Amino acid sequence: MSEPSASAGIDLHAQQVRKFWLQDKIFHHATQLFAFVVLAALVGILVSLTIEAWPSLKAFGPAFLWTNIWSVPDDEFGALAAIYGTVVTSVLALLIAVPISFGIALFLTETCPVWLRRPLGTAIELLAGIPSIVYGIWGLFVFAPLFAEYIQPPLQNLLGDVPVIGGWFSGPPIGVGILTASIVLSMMVIPFIASVMRDVFETVPDVLRESAYAVGCTTWEVVRNVVLPYTRVGVIGGIMLGLGRALGETMAVTFVIGNANRINGSLFAPGTSIASTLANEFGEADPGLHIASLFELGLVLFIITFVVLAISRWLISRSMGSEGL
Amino acid sequence: MTLYNRRIWRNRIGISLSMLAMSLGLIALMWILWTLFSKGFAALSLDLFTQDTPAPGSDGGGLRNAIVGSGLILFFSMLISTPIGILAGIYLAEYGRVSKFASFTRFMTDIMLSAPSIVIGLFVYALFVVTTGGFSGWAGSLALALIAIPVVVRTTENMLKLVPTSLREAAFAVGAPRWQVSLKVTLRAVKSGVVTGVLLAMARITGETAPLLFTALNNQFFSTNMAEPMGNLPVVIFQFALSPYENWVNLAWGGALLIALLVLAVNIGVRVVFRNKVKH
Repeated sequence: MSEPSASAGIDLHAQQVRKFWLQDKIFHHATQLFAFVVLAALVGILVSLTIEAWPSLKAFGPAFLWTNIWSVPDDEFGALAAIYGTVVTSVLALLIAVPISFGIALFLTETCPVWLRRPLGTAIELLAGIPSIVYGIWGLFVFAPLFAEYIQPPLQNLLGDVPVIGGWFSGPPIGVGILTASIVLSMMVIPFIASVMRDVFETVPDVLRESAYAVGCTTWEVVRNVVLPYTRVGVIGGIMLGLGRALGETMAVTFVIGNANRINGSLFAPGTSIASTLANEFGEADPGLHIASLFELGLVLFIITFVVLAISRWLISRSMGSEGL
Repeated sequence: MTLYNRRIWRNRIGISLSMLAMSLGLIALMWILWTLFSKGFAALSLDLFTQDTPAPGSDGGGLRNAIVGSGLILFFSMLISTPIGILAGIYLAEYGRVSKFASFTRFMTDIMLSAPSIVIGLFVYALFVVTTGGFSGWAGSLALALIAIPVVVRTTENMLKLVPTSLREAAFAVGAPRWQVSLKVTLRAVKSGVVTGVLLAMARITGETAPLLFTALNNQFFSTNMAEPMGNLPVVIFQFALSPYENWVNLAWGGALLIALLVLAVNIGVRVVFRNKVKH
């Protein structure tokens, strides 16, 4: 081989390396750009909602959050009733969903025969796959009538005269209302909480479980004293994830909450939530303060769920030892 | 009662309650599916696919415009979200193991996974509907794409992470540049997993109603013009279910069944076909 052709070969190789280096650089930045799209969307949501809500932010100030008025003719808006409905339905939904999800996760990880784990786990995941509008019409046409006829009257008879909590069960049993929305919501968030709990329960090292069984613990004691303390952080993360879901859920709630823009002490009474107010009013909102107030409601909802979900993801990733699910 | 007996009983009660919880979950699933199937199949007929949504007070009618509209909106939203989601997923998996920007993006993607879909509808309304001068199928596709992207990103990333490092190293060792390793080796190795992610994302957005309310709106007439308001199943179900007309309510059940069948078929199909490849 002569000198010139060897250096030509090296040149060719260098050229190839440079070409690859350039292509790689482009590829790196192209993929990075697409990853950036997600961040841009998040920031975009915050910025655009703030801009659209500006007239309302300026007109009502922070008092928007604790004013209980929603009057389109008078152009007076306050979010208290919607925030109340959102928070009460979500918290009640969690009160129902958390013990049930815990039971499901406990069953799936500790007592379920191995061959049944997969199908039963899948069934619970399917519950999460059902679109929320299906929960909505099921809640309105099937659950609410049954609830009004068979559950609300006995509840009223049983608890209606008890001081303090009696008021929660007062009013006509019409089926739709805050409590019905909470129950339907709880069914929707159970699969999310249950799968996180199942996943974090599975991170408990077998050695820990086996040691506890070896000193004679019952299954319940193992879960209570070994599994739960070990996975505490992740379990709370799962509950927060459910809360985040419940706060922002729209369709299922819109169908069954009754859509009355007021605060009533009774859980049987119809109410409203931020998401259902948006779904009901946004399409026909008057330009001006009405639409700006609806945007501000959306902004409030986004910020609340963002904080809740951020805490949840942080806790879950800490508990799982890796990032996210 | 001895301490021993108390412990045994406490255990029995705890385990029974957990079984009760499990059965409650299954009962809820069965109850919803049973209602949906019985009411939905009763509403199912050939008219559902050949006729358009009826005017208020008129008899019969079908969902043809809504089915076609939903199909178009879904198709374009997947067309937008699939490449963006996959490339962003590649970035997180291949380049983002150590970078701060990547872990921040990953965190935000996880939040976007559960962000309230109605707020995304508001965002697209402010960004797109206001600026382009009206509700349109495009706006609906954009809103759904924004919901689908995080799903595609996270499944793609999770799948790519399962590829053994030795496979990447082998490709690097024969002189392949990074982009070829990513696209032609690792991505190809997890092709079926990525397809799963795309299908699941589609299932996720099929029933999304809230973001379509202020973007695609609805259209009583048959239309394939994406620049105009477009009929779609979720919004039709929402409007018809709350209407006083019996045939509208029936159509709502029929539509709900169609959506649920599609979602369930994808969810179950994906689990059966990719059982060994997908890690949950």
